[in-house]
Formats: sequence, structure tokens, C-alpha cells
Amino acid sequence: MKRIVTATVINQSGVLNRITGLMTKRQFNIESITVGHTEKEGVSKMTFVVNVDDNAKIEQLIKQLNKQIDVLKVTDITDQAIVVRELALIKVISNAQIRSEISGIIEPFRASIIDVSRESITVQVTGNSDKIEAILDLLRPYGIKEMVRTGITAFPRGSQKSVTDLKQYSILN
Amino acid sequence: MRAKAKPEAEAVTAEMTGADVLIHSLKKENVEVLFGYPGGAVLPIYDALYRSPIKHVLSKHEQGSIHAAEGYARVSGKPGVVIATSGPGATNLVTGITDAMMDSLPLVIFTGQVASTVIGTDAFQEADIMGITAPITKHNYQVRDVQDLPRIIKEAFHIATTGRPGPVLVDIPKDVANKTISPDYDSTIHLPGYQPTFSPNILQIKKLGDAVGSAKKPVILAGAGVLHANAGKELVAFSEKHSIPVINTLLGLGSYPGNHPLFLGMGGMHGTYTANMALYECDLLISIGARFDDRLTGNLDHFAIHATVAHIDVDPAEIGKNVPTQIPIVSDAREALKKLLEIESSSPETDDWRQKLTQNSENFPLWKKVSTSEFLPQRVVELVHEYTKGDAIITTDVGQHQMWAAQYYAFADANRWVTSGGLGTMGFGFPSAIGAQLAFPEQTVVSLTGDGGFQMTLQELSTLQELNLPVKVVIMNNQTLGMVRQWQEAFYEERYSQSLIPVQPDFVKLGEAYGIQSYKVTNEEEAKAVFEEAFSHRDPVLIDCRVSGKENVYPMIAPGKGLHQMIGVKP
Ligand SMILES: Cc1ncc(C[n+]2csc(CCOP(=O)(O)OP(=O)(O)O)c2C)c(N)n1
Ligand SMILES: [Mg+2]
Repeated sequence: MKRIVTATVINQSGVLNRITGLMTKRQFNIESITVGHTEKEGVSKMTFVVNVDDNAKIEQLIKQLNKQIDVLKVTDITDQAIVVRELALIKVISNAQIRSEISGIIEPFRASIIDVSRESITVQVTGNSDKIEAILDLLRPYGIKEMVRTGITAFPRGSQKSVTDLKQYSILN
Repeated sequence: MRAKAKPEAEAVTAEMTGADVLIHSLKKENVEVLFGYPGGAVLPIYDALYRSPIKHVLSKHEQGSIHAAEGYARVSGKPGVVIATSGPGATNLVTGITDAMMDSLPLVIFTGQVASTVIGTDAFQEADIMGITAPITKHNYQVRDVQDLPRIIKEAFHIATTGRPGPVLVDIPKDVANKTISPDYDSTIHLPGYQPTFSPNILQIKKLGDAVGSAKKPVILAGAGVLHANAGKELVAFSEKHSIPVINTLLGLGSYPGNHPLFLGMGGMHGTYTANMALYECDLLISIGARFDDRLTGNLDHFAIHATVAHIDVDPAEIGKNVPTQIPIVSDAREALKKLLEIESSSPETDDWRQKLTQNSENFPLWKKVSTSEFLPQRVVELVHEYTKGDAIITTDVGQHQMWAAQYYAFADANRWVTSGGLGTMGFGFPSAIGAQLAFPEQTVVSLTGDGGFQMTLQELSTLQELNLPVKVVIMNNQTLGMVRQWQEAFYEERYSQSLIPVQPDFVKLGEAYGIQSYKVTNEEEAKAVFEEAFSHRDPVLIDCRVSGKENVYPMIAPGKGLHQMIGVKP
């Protein structure tokens, strides 16, 4: 199963290495990692998407991350109400004739064309992973020359609906 | 010969070098002894050391330094402090750092680094020790600004010694050590991401209290966490209060008196029948400061399958890692036991259970061959026990002799047992004895070692010679890599590939070459005479005990098997 885990970390050199190292050591399957500054000086936030077999494994990941001295807070936000965004840049083969056709396709996704050349256009799209998959499916028939994705970044929404079915871990204190 | 010390260097002057700041900080941390080896990148540090009264033990290989520091830390509970130069000096520490990480030993390790200006250029003796040691340290630092040095050193000692202890490495570029500053020793520790839990959640303690009251077959598994927390007294009180039998892990030996009627022995691969069957059959397992290593649990599908599992550990990540746990308690072992003793709780009715365990012990005790013609390795351990009155600090290497030491020395007291458990590091035993002896100069310290493992770090005989410490080196010489040979006998149809080592140095001449009284003994009578003499004085001794090379360690749980599937339970 896929889980979204965020880690707030002190922006020390080496912290990224320690974290990715422990994931490798403990054989966690990372789908994506994003890192960037937060509103607090010297504090960064990492967002991981990991593929795990069961709850015990994700619990172990969270505990191992928490053990790192430079990690301030770790949360599995998968089951919370969250805002999730990922950005993709997609270079699609296109000549002048089909350019407007593509424009039409991407418009409902609120994607935009950010570069145009004679043989291709580059589409920028942001959203959750499903939305990006959807637009890719639609663009694939035209021929995708190049594609990059940032991996998701996320945090909980301002208000949470119900917290009753949030993940419970065995450690109480 | 010491050059005249510059008088002003001793005092905290307004202006001092990073190296002086380091030495001064070590004094503030009450460090008594450093284990190290000099080299280019640490020349400034060794120059500062030259002006300092702190004792420095010069090993013959950095691995010797770090294992000595581990032995020192293991028996004293104080952090072992190591210094090595950049590049090869630092990489020579890697085995010891990993060993300390696995066995939760507090170490603070200082490595020199090439100058900041050339880091990243593959400079002479540059190694990415931060990258290399990231997975094998509790934390590591590279000092970029000399002003940070006092704070980093404080933090390093704090992290190494609190929570679950472990090794912390501080990498110091040469220019940082040379730079002159007015140090700020008042800078405080700032570790918002490090707040180890110390006291238990009282609701969980009560839950465990209730589980104890209703158990029929309870058992306690006590690991090294009990030793780290200095919780031996509380453990005895708790087990006696409720008449709960106690099992030790390999590293936990000594945390419960080996001669106590409630003691069932060591559990695991070479544990006693009684201990392993108790782990298999219990209905309440209270694990305290143990981490359910695979050598202890055997096949997890068969481990404590009938039991409610309570797990007390300072490290929350250990709880639920290998064994599903119904009553998790994140806490220092002593704090948790104190609370358990405070709460109102009824005692379980354990008479039947204990009777059954006693029967097991009577029917299936540890056994060994009885022979008048052969010199049996198990007898060496028993004789050492006899001649040290069971009160020596015993360090071991890794292999058969280690397991026999664990089985037959019956540790009556805490902090007498020094062994490499998690990593199983050959070469650990002898240098760790030097460190243990430095921590307790008055104690009898015995390095029980194998003929294989001893040869991995025997150059430290020279360190022993120099310090003239009364360490007694007892080589259990079976002329084989015994544990490897045993596995080849059991699982590879006696194909003894590279495990027989009949060609050996003359250990007596070798010891004598280092100026150490050395003896070879080939039977019990000779051994008794030499032990009598060796344990009566305060000089180092080496004894080459030529024991039978055919003995196996029993009982044994084959890989993949459960604790109830022991072999070699009876002769
Ligand atoms: C550094 C290292 N290399 C290899 C091993 C694998 N190993 C485990 S026990 C053993 C044999 C040890 O022989 P010896 O020191 O003579 O002890 P014995 O088993 O004979 O008592 C070996 C090679 C190890 N544990 N550590
Ligand atoms: Mg041997």
C-alpha cells in the first residue's frame, strides 16, 4: 500500500543522506521524495511516498525517522484531509496543426503551455498524482518526448473532517 | 621525554586553538582516558594533548583503540572516547563503530579531516567519514566553524550517553583545529529533535500490572538495557515480588544473578533448554531492555506464540519491530521497574509453572562431555570461574569459546561481561579487555579468546606490555575456527573449508616477544597450576590452552528453526 509521510527536519548538511540511507538500509521502497524550505528559517519539510506491505512496516519507518537527531516531527498523513500537489512538465510532439487540439485537451486540467518549438510543446500541470496520470494518458497518443515529475508535496488541510479513522500506532507515549 | 610545557596553555586563555578547545571540553566532560592513534590531520589535536594531563592510550591499530573504548564503556557505563586521524585512521574505526551501534555502547569518536579548503577534492587521506558512518552512528557532526566546537562536543556526549546509548562521531577538519578563537563554553545544547523518553506511561504500567496478576506462565527476558539503566536491583525485586522466572539475553548476562533460583539461564541459539522452552510456552513475556535479535528468537513464527508480549525499551523503534507487542512501554528500564514495584498489583499463581521449569532444568541441564584424556574447552571456562571466584570481568571474542563463556561463567554481578553480540566482531575481545582493565584497574580482567579471533588484534599485546596492565589472556586454542567448523560439521557434511588452522604461531614465544609471561597448557592439571600462579599476581599473562578441537556448542537451534526445536539437548 502507498503511504504519504512527511518529515520536518533541521536543515543540516547530511540529514538527507541519513534519511535516504536508513530507507535503503531498511529496504523501504520509496516512490518519491521532495524536500524544500518551510516558513521557519532552518527547517525543511520532506514528503515521501512509500510503498509498504503492512502497517507494521510503516510504523517502523516512522519510528526510525523519528530516531534521527535532526528530525523534528514525522507524520503519516495518508488518511488525513490533505492538500497534495505534484508538478509535471510534459514535452509533447506537436506541429502547428495539432497545437490547438492539445490546448483543448489540457484546458480542463488547468495546465498551461510554457514552451513551444517547431516540433513540440511543453505542458506544465500541477495537481495530485491521479490528475497527472490522467493528463498523461490523454497526451500519450501524440507522443511524449520527455517528461519529468517533481514527486508530491503535501500537508494537512486547515480543518479536518473527522479524525476517528486516523492511523493508530502502538506507542502511546 | 617531555618538552617543557608552556604554562599558559593549561589555563583557559582568552585565545585558544580549536584543538585546545577540544581538550578543554574533554576535561569538562570528565574524560579520564583517550584511546587513539595520531596522524597528519590530528597533529594539532595531539599537540594540544601534549600539553594536557589527560591520559592517552596508544594502540597499535585504530581497531584496537575503538574496541578498548568499547570495553571501557561497557563495564564503566561512561563514554569511551576515541581519536583517529583522517582517511585510513577513520576507516579503521568502522568495524568498532558498527559494533558499538549494534550493542548500544556510548562512544564519542573524534576523527581528523583534511582542511576545509580541500574537502571534496580527493585530498591526501581524505575519506567521506560523514557519509561512511551515517548508518553506523547514532549521530555524526562535521565541525565547520570552530565556534561551534564546545556546543558540538557537549551535544555529542549528551547524545552518546542518554536514551539508547550509541556512538557519536565528530569530524574535525585540520584548519578548524588550528584556528584560534575565544571559546564560548556556555553555549547550550540545542537538540529539539532529540528528547528521549525516560519515564513510562503509567496507564501502560498498570496494564502490565494487570497482565502479571492474571498470568499463569509469566517470564521476564532481561537484556543489556537493564545494565545500561543500572536496574539490576529493581529487576530482582520485581521478579521476586511476583515469583517470575528470568531469562537473560547474551548481552544481558549479569543483569540478573546467575545463581538466583528464579534464573533460567540464557535464551536463544545456544541458550538453555529451560530458558528456550519457557520463551516458547509462556503466556506472558515481559521483555526489558532487549531487542528480540534473531539469534535470541529463532524462527519468529514459533516465538512466544502463546504469550501476551510486554516490551519495555527506551528505544520506541525496537518495540513491535520483530515481535508483535500488546503492551508497549517506552521507558528507561529502571524507571519502568520502579513504577511496576510501586503500583498495586496482585501476584500470579506460578507454582505449577515454576515446578515445570525446575523439572526441565533437572532433566535437561547444560551438558558437556566428561573426559579424563581430553582437555575440554568448557572446562577452561569453569576453571577460570573457579580461580577468579566468579568475580572477574570476562571479555570474549566471537565463536564457540564465547558461547561456552556465556553458558558456564554464571555471572553473579552486573558489568562483568564484555562481548560483541550484535555484530559478532572477531578481534573485539582482547582489546576490549585492555579498556575494561583501564576502567577498573583493581579488578581481575580475563580476555577469554579464540585462537582465530586473537590473531585479528593481537598486536595490542604491545599496548598491554607498555601499560603493564594485569590482563590475563586465556586463549581457548582448539586450532580451528571452531564455530565455523561446527556449522560445517552440522550443515555442510563435514567439509571443513578453511576452518582448520593447525599451523599457528608459537603463542608462548609470541607473548614473550612482547615481554609478557606466557604459558602453554595441554591438560587440566597444567591449567590449574598455571591459573593458580597467574591469578595470584598483578602482571599480564598469556595462557595458550590447547583444548580439544572437536567439541560443539550445545544445545543449538539450527537456522530457521523455532526455540522449541533445539538439538543436542542431551548427550
Ligand atoms: C571479523 C569476523 N570475521 C569472520 C567471522 C565469522 N566467524 C564467526 S566465529 C568464527 C570462528 C572463530 O574462531 P576462533 O576465534 O578460533 O574461536 P572458536 O570458535 O574456535 O572458539 C568465524 C570465522 C566473524 N564473526 N568476525
Ligand atoms: Mg578456535
